[in-house]
Amino acid sequence: MIPGILLQIIQTLVAILLAPLLLGWVNLCRAWLQGRRAPPLTQPYRVLKKLFHKDAVIAHTASPLFRFAPYMVFACMALAAGIVPTFANDLAFSPAADAIALVGVFALARVFLALAAMDIGTSFGTLGARREMLISFLAEPALLMVFFTASLISHSTALPTIVETLAHKEFVIYPSMAFAAVAFWMVSTAENARIPVDNPATHLELTMIHEAMILEYSARHLALIEWAVSLKLFTYSALGIALFVPWGIAARGDFAALPLAFLALTLKMVVGGATLSLLEATAAKVRLFRAPEFLGTAFMLAVLGMLTHFLLEV
Amino acid sequence: MSLTYYLQVVNLLAALLLLISFAMLSQRRIVGLITLFAWQGAALAASTAIVAGSTGQHHLYWSAGITLALKVIAMPWFFYRLVRKLDVDRDVEPMINIPTTMLIGIVLVIFAFNLALPISQMSGTVTRSTLGIAMATVLLAFLMMITRSKAIPQVIGFLAMENGLFFAATSATYGMPLVVEMGVALDVLVGVFVLGIFFFQIRETFDSLDLKHMEKLKER
Repeated sequence: MIPGILLQIIQTLVAILLAPLLLGWVNLCRAWLQGRRAPPLTQPYRVLKKLFHKDAVIAHTASPLFRFAPYMVFACMALAAGIVPTFANDLAFSPAADAIALVGVFALARVFLALAAMDIGTSFGTLGARREMLISFLAEPALLMVFFTASLISHSTALPTIVETLAHKEFVIYPSMAFAAVAFWMVSTAENARIPVDNPATHLELTMIHEAMILEYSARHLALIEWAVSLKLFTYSALGIALFVPWGIAARGDFAALPLAFLALTLKMVVGGATLSLLEATAAKVRLFRAPEFLGTAFMLAVLGMLTHFLLEV
Repeated sequence: MSLTYYLQVVNLLAALLLLISFAMLSQRRIVGLITLFAWQGAALAASTAIVAGSTGQHHLYWSAGITLALKVIAMPWFFYRLVRKLDVDRDVEPMINIPTTMLIGIVLVIFAFNLALPISQMSGTVTRSTLGIAMATVLLAFLMMITRSKAIPQVIGFLAMENGLFFAATSATYGMPLVVEMGVALDVLVGVFVLGIFFFQIRETFDSLDLKHMEKLKER
């Protein structure tokens, strides 16, 4: 139990501290691919530092909910980062929260962010919150379906058990996971406000979704939200790794494998971030009203993955 | 043990085939459709070659070779040229909107999987479980032919259907005799060339490749 708690704390801290680095790496790759001069790798940390040193400006109409929401969002993301196995599979939290609870934690953060956006009463906040809800209510069932496909294989919804089945048992190719992987990529672009659905670098009122919601935040509140955004990207990357390329995550009680597991995680994150930026650089942002179609396709693919599981793998 | 690993790869390629079929169903641009068709041919050729290698059915190597030459290289190249010459690479609006088409596609997949279950139990091949996917591919290609009104997507749908049939033959009975397969390949090749000429004739007559205009030819 004690090593489990220790590993849990270390893993959560690693996720919180390294998440901005992943965002910096993705931005770096994207700048290279677009032929721009890249910002330094540590740029997200500098932004956070700058924001934490500023004085917060809050609208007169803001209620306590508005001040409270960033802390809530950050706490949710930190909790989510703790549930997903990144390099150790022996986590003390894992019996308390499975994949379905993870989806719930993401939903909780989103609800608070949307409420806070509506709280101020500006038109942009409301617009962003509505769009976010439109996207997320379509993305969530698809994400659940992806988890169910993995759960059908491992007969459990607990993430460490899924990782154990996929990585530490006999190697088997699961065709259904190919469908789930495509669906997961589509969902994670929508949930992380990345390119085919939303553009994280734009403030154009016609297209922005996530940025419209956080327009009224400043200083430490904005810093927490930005940090939570990078943490969410990190958690989703870790989820993708845990579900589709879990090899290298240290098995339960295998402490000798931990340094190697950490190295494997770093390598997979570097490759994953580069792939994400490559996909972003080659894809065009879809129109807002095409986004339901995009996410509908993700849902179908996840369902198809389950069907294929019953046909080919039982 | 080695056979099961081969089998797993064949299953993965079968899943890929189905995935590409769905991608074709949701694709709006003709050039994208042709690229997807080429990839489908590649997956088909690879799975046929692996079945040939793992079961010792050497005539399947020939089938894989023909598939590679015709469906991955020759036909996509021919279609690319045709699209450039006819200058038709614009969004093709399908007759039914794409989410609805995808929903119908899911229903078709469930239907095909259930339909294939009793048939595949009778078959004695190691790849019999992929028969459901082959039938789903056929039905999805058929759906694509129904929902598209332009000529080139319809022909590609027809060819994708042939891909599905070919895969069904491989998975249920280790492929048809080589003579039959050669004949089918030649037929398909000739068919594509004849249809290519037809495209020009259709466009000359109606100023469009939309087959809805052909309804004018009906006698009342």
